[in-house]
Amino acid sequence: MQEVRETTAMKPPVTRIGVLGWVRTNLFSSVFNSFLTVVIIYFLWKIVPGLIRWAFIDSSWTTTGAECRAAGGACWSVVTKNLRFIIFGFFPYEWQWRPLLAMIILFTLLIVSRNRSYWKKWLGYSWLIGLFVMGLLLRGGLFGLPPVESTKWSGLPLTLLLSVFGLTAAYPLGVLLALGRQSRMPAIKSLSVVYIETIRGVPLISLLFMSSVMFPLFLPEGITINNILRAQVAIIMFTAAYIAEVVRGGLQAISRGQYEAAESLGLNYPQKMRLIILPQALKIVIPPSVGILISAFKDTSLVVIIGLFDLLKTTQSTLSDPRWMGFSVEAYIFIALIYFTGCFSMSSYSRRLERELYRGN
Amino acid sequence: MRFLKVCAVVVAVALIATTSLAIAGETLDTVKKRGYLIAGVNGGVFGFSMPDEKGVWKGLDVDTARAIAAAVLGDANKIKYVPLTAVQRLPALQAKEIDVLCRNTTQTLTRETANGLNFAHVNYYDGQGFLVSKKLGVKSAKELAGATICVLPGTTTELNVADYFRANNMRWRPVVIEQTAELSKAFFAGRCDVLTSDLSQLAAHRATAPNPTEYVLLPEIISKEPLAPVVRHGDDQWYDIVNWTVMALLQAEELGVNSNNVDMALKSQNPRVQRFLGVIPGLGKDLGLDDKWAYNIVKQVGNYSQIYEANVGVNTALGIPRGLNDQWYKGGLMYAAPFR
Repeated sequence: MQEVRETTAMKPPVTRIGVLGWVRTNLFSSVFNSFLTVVIIYFLWKIVPGLIRWAFIDSSWTTTGAECRAAGGACWSVVTKNLRFIIFGFFPYEWQWRPLLAMIILFTLLIVSRNRSYWKKWLGYSWLIGLFVMGLLLRGGLFGLPPVESTKWSGLPLTLLLSVFGLTAAYPLGVLLALGRQSRMPAIKSLSVVYIETIRGVPLISLLFMSSVMFPLFLPEGITINNILRAQVAIIMFTAAYIAEVVRGGLQAISRGQYEAAESLGLNYPQKMRLIILPQALKIVIPPSVGILISAFKDTSLVVIIGLFDLLKTTQSTLSDPRWMGFSVEAYIFIALIYFTGCFSMSSYSRRLERELYRGN
Repeated sequence: MRFLKVCAVVVAVALIATTSLAIAGETLDTVKKRGYLIAGVNGGVFGFSMPDEKGVWKGLDVDTARAIAAAVLGDANKIKYVPLTAVQRLPALQAKEIDVLCRNTTQTLTRETANGLNFAHVNYYDGQGFLVSKKLGVKSAKELAGATICVLPGTTTELNVADYFRANNMRWRPVVIEQTAELSKAFFAGRCDVLTSDLSQLAAHRATAPNPTEYVLLPEIISKEPLAPVVRHGDDQWYDIVNWTVMALLQAEELGVNSNNVDMALKSQNPRVQRFLGVIPGLGKDLGLDDKWAYNIVKQVGNYSQIYEANVGVNTALGIPRGLNDQWYKGGLMYAAPFR
């Protein structure tokens, strides 16, 4: 007969499992951690109830400014009552469904494009059609839609226009500049170096000022270039220079062996770059380039200083109305949420790309 | 060195070429051919030029621009508004991106000479003042020695305060805040004793106070800010049109003509009214406009009193009494030259 050993596992002490265990290992594992936990809990206890009271319990959502002042809590009415101006700005009131629809199309395309298995021809065509439809919705002039001048494009659609087109145009331009800077041809190399160093040597604000204040003085009589286009070009030029330096870092990280291997296979320069070098280099530089794209997205709000009514400016304009003056915190929280959503989805997508492209090397 | 000289010459020639002299009548023809007026405005000054919740431009400066469009094109709505920042406004006018600048711009000597601009008749007399809490018990700005003062940076406002306190041999401590909205918050939260800005702005600030009656304006006005529409040098006819449009607004008030009674006024037997409204033709033709120009202004926009009361007057959120902006016969500075 075999001896049966009593092996019924003893339960671990209650202080090691469950809630208590979690608290002990995570919050009170050492004297210093316990101290930090207590301090943090104290501050949360001090801040959170007041914050909730301000933001939700005492808050007003659809009142007038005067009623808000009487209520005392957060005045979300400043956002809800002025929402259409904050989002759409000067776009004619009865036609504001057009930019709304354009934005929905843009978001749909962006969300679908997140999935790399969809990166086929049909997606390219969808983008072309989508861009055409968005342009048509904004500009009008065809199919019975009354034309709307670009000077009336403002608010969130303008912010998205400047950032989406700015980023998609700046990235390829930046890659070209990076390749140009590595080129063996002196003319191309020096041109790229001069361009990159000049642009990186000045702040974006000065570029925007140049494009909006000085540039028109040098144009011939009667020719004016759209203010939005000028700002757009300035943003593209600026972002491209930064992208170029990041991509150059990626190119330098690829070992010489890769270049030589590509050459020994008989690949010419475009093939070598397209098939061997760039796929590896761009993969390496995903984190820094997304960093640049995120900051470029936020930098579009600088167009405020050249009088374009982007999301930030329409909000500020609302706040200078005496009826709503003084509720800047609520309004800025609202647009901060919009910017956060944009930036956070970019960075989470970049993490996902990194995971998908990880090859273990 | 030679290269540098050549460069300098090229740049100079380019500058001269771009600032080529305008030919008289050019702007009027351009506006008529284009079919709408391009007016530079401010983007965010309540009561002067600001979009409302529906994105429609409202304000005293906006109505001045509308009056110009009514006079020139017969339709006050044929305008494209270009919101401009303080830095952009003068270059935009010089580069002919706009036909007229109606953007609370103060008339100064250097702006008329060095910047090559002409200021039409003033459409609002502003000035810098001080707002204090009644609790402070101050009756005059002369008693403000050692006070902390909330002020916007980088404007003439800040320099004016410095000048005033130095001239009166008093010390002050500035609390500099970049955003207009934050400025009033800081003042009402008690971070400074005094808030200084243009009177029209102080009125807007006071309107947002938790308790507006607890604050008073001190009697001292420390600067003169005559705000007027601006045009380029070199096109006298266009200058006349803008200048006389503002005066037409004033003249209509003086004659007692407003947007409600202007059709009745057409039948008036008063020769001054008849000349003004073009019943006796001639004045419009001399300006290069339709003889109905003043009628169109009054019918579509109103007279000066109407636009003042609708945008900044005592029944608006700003609640500014006419004061200096009243007619000359009521003790103000608004004085239209004779229409004849």
